[in-house]
Amino acid sequence: MSAQIWALGGVLAVTVATFVVGWRASRLASTTQDFLVARRTVRSRRNAAAVSGEYLSAASFLGVAGLVLKDGADALWYPIGFTAGYLALMLFVAAPLRRSGAYTLPDFCEARLGSRALRGLAAVMVVFIGLLYVVPQLQAAGLALSNILPGVPTWIGSAGVATVVIVNVFGGGMRAITVVQAFQYWFKLFAIAAPTFIICVLFIGRGGVHDGEMTSLSEPLAPTFTTATAVNVQTPVLLHVRETVVFAARGTIDDVEVNGSVRWQPGIDHEVGANTTLNFSQHSAVPVVVGAPADNASWFAPSSTAGDMFATYSLMLALFLGTMGLPHVLVRFYTNPDGRAARRTTLHVLVLLALFYLFPIMIGALSRLYTPELLVTGKTDTAVLLLPTKFAPGILGQILGAITAAGAFAAFLSTSSGLVVSVSGVLSTDVLRGRVRDFRFATAVAGAVPLALAIAVRQSDISLTVGMSFALAASTFSPILLLGVWWRKLTWVGAAAGILVGGGLVLASLVVSTISGLTGDWAWGVVNQPALITVPVAFATVIVVSKMTPSKIPADVAQVRLRMHAPDGLGLTRDRAVASFGTAEERSRLADGRHRK
Amino acid sequence: MSKHSVGPGREENTTRRSYSDPPTKPRRKRVVLADSRAPVTRLRTVVELEEQTSYGEELVRQLIRAQFKAAAWAWGVVSVVFISLPALFFFLPQLSNVTLAGVRLPWLALGLLPFPLLFGAGYWYNHRAERQERDFVAMVEK
Repeated sequence: MSAQIWALGGVLAVTVATFVVGWRASRLASTTQDFLVARRTVRSRRNAAAVSGEYLSAASFLGVAGLVLKDGADALWYPIGFTAGYLALMLFVAAPLRRSGAYTLPDFCEARLGSRALRGLAAVMVVFIGLLYVVPQLQAAGLALSNILPGVPTWIGSAGVATVVIVNVFGGGMRAITVVQAFQYWFKLFAIAAPTFIICVLFIGRGGVHDGEMTSLSEPLAPTFTTATAVNVQTPVLLHVRETVVFAARGTIDDVEVNGSVRWQPGIDHEVGANTTLNFSQHSAVPVVVGAPADNASWFAPSSTAGDMFATYSLMLALFLGTMGLPHVLVRFYTNPDGRAARRTTLHVLVLLALFYLFPIMIGALSRLYTPELLVTGKTDTAVLLLPTKFAPGILGQILGAITAAGAFAAFLSTSSGLVVSVSGVLSTDVLRGRVRDFRFATAVAGAVPLALAIAVRQSDISLTVGMSFALAASTFSPILLLGVWWRKLTWVGAAAGILVGGGLVLASLVVSTISGLTGDWAWGVVNQPALITVPVAFATVIVVSKMTPSKIPADVAQVRLRMHAPDGLGLTRDRAVASFGTAEERSRLADGRHRK
Repeated sequence: MSKHSVGPGREENTTRRSYSDPPTKPRRKRVVLADSRAPVTRLRTVVELEEQTSYGEELVRQLIRAQFKAAAWAWGVVSVVFISLPALFFFLPQLSNVTLAGVRLPWLALGLLPFPLLFGAGYWYNHRAERQERDFVAMVEK
């Protein structure tokens, strides 16, 4: 019980801290410029912390450790891809994107290609990707809270996070969120580093893996339970075993009511129904959900099958190019004072992300030893939350558990705030008239709709949904950004065709993979991780259609390119007309802003 | 305001100043109607850039090409490493059994090595891109 109080206290503390930090920063925000792009005055170090704080979502804080626990070495590509995406962003997009002077992604499309139609399409895509990304964050918040307090329904956690986010964004827009996210990066780093560090010290103190208490991670054996463990299965799972396992069960297995000893032979998959309790003795082998590596040797080695290798390449492409197409990441780059600062921000981000990702990897590997029951229930995403209490029973474990729970909530809060800001920015300038009160109205919509969806839609694996939204971003916006910055002959027709074809293909594969997941997993691996096909097709479409419509090359292409690439010192950058929004008083205040002569 | 010198470099001074402290109240402005010491050549080149004369366009094309080349180099090196890793572990599975300092090679190669590599590539590119931009400005202002 006291563990729950500690954890609840941690979560409440981080929520209140987030609210207070956002509220204090809100007092500085008054103009549209503040709300959309924090007046373009965020220094590169703070901006890097904010970018990282926003980017380290539930998928990073909880998902990476869970994937390492389940998939082993192949899952290491997630942190690599999450980080490498920023290198691509820095090399090809960051500085020109900032110098284009746009204030949202649709605005960039219009600035570069001069088409209202394309702008509208891009706005729809931004809202869609935002939804696809924010819904899993809110669902994960619900899951995490109901993990802490088992009696609480999942919607309470989702609603709590959504409320704090809406209030912060409503009060101060980008200005407030920048401070909140920078604070949350450092908090998340602490929340994962401190428990990992203490767990590692305890682990080494106990003699590492060589004291015979457990199976070494590299042996071709299944993971084993370190202590006698009762596993409570709440949602039905399909399990398989590598060696014969004998355990006591109460509930339904393979649609048959059981109450007593059960013996499973290798080679046959068993379906465990809801509300079943399985009691395993110490040193018994751990049954694993079907689809995950069953023995430690194949968990330990990367790309053990050709299918794994294909999935890895596809994932790489999605993550490497998807980051630059995520609207909430891009909107942060518009808050830099100039192109050079945008590049420096990204360089800092590379350091901050690398620093963070060391820890979830270690937690994932350790939880394979200490919390193997998660492999049975399939809820591997909760590894970060459970490992501390499992590893260090007593008050120390409870405090560490509270810290990781608070860190997870910081992740939900910061990522959702970034998404809500970017979606509100687009809604308020593309659908409404772009005044501060329009932004606030858009915030309420951009927060409430995902909340309703999060409560209504079925919960699925957090990281896979995020993998899909990276594939979507990589197949829609990244061709436009890359070709828009570097290729003179891009036309709006080509860009629109690319969005439609790339986005359509990803959505089609999402539908197919969902259907196949519900009807027995018949689909080929490509539909689960489609980027390796969809990204090249999207690029090809943009190029071919642009070549077919040379008359649509905008007349001012040379000027736009000059502005995007000319060094900041020449003073050629013109920020796009955010100043045309808002009251006359606001405009006169902004007229004295940077880059204006 | 009066400490700002009138003449070469005035433009940069004001721009740089405004990065560091956002103007909150209307600034006092000094109006200079004519300045014989103004750098005429610099103005002419910037105008040429903006008006897209063939000379200006050629300058911009060269800059864009140089920046792209630097970015492509950095990206090429990084992607060769990353593309070869999964294939390497697939075709030479015995690599997975090599142990360095108590940790298996794949976990070092995938869990640790990529991050310094990514930062190194980013650092090199940032340095290179900023130098190219400085050279461009110097050339334009000559």
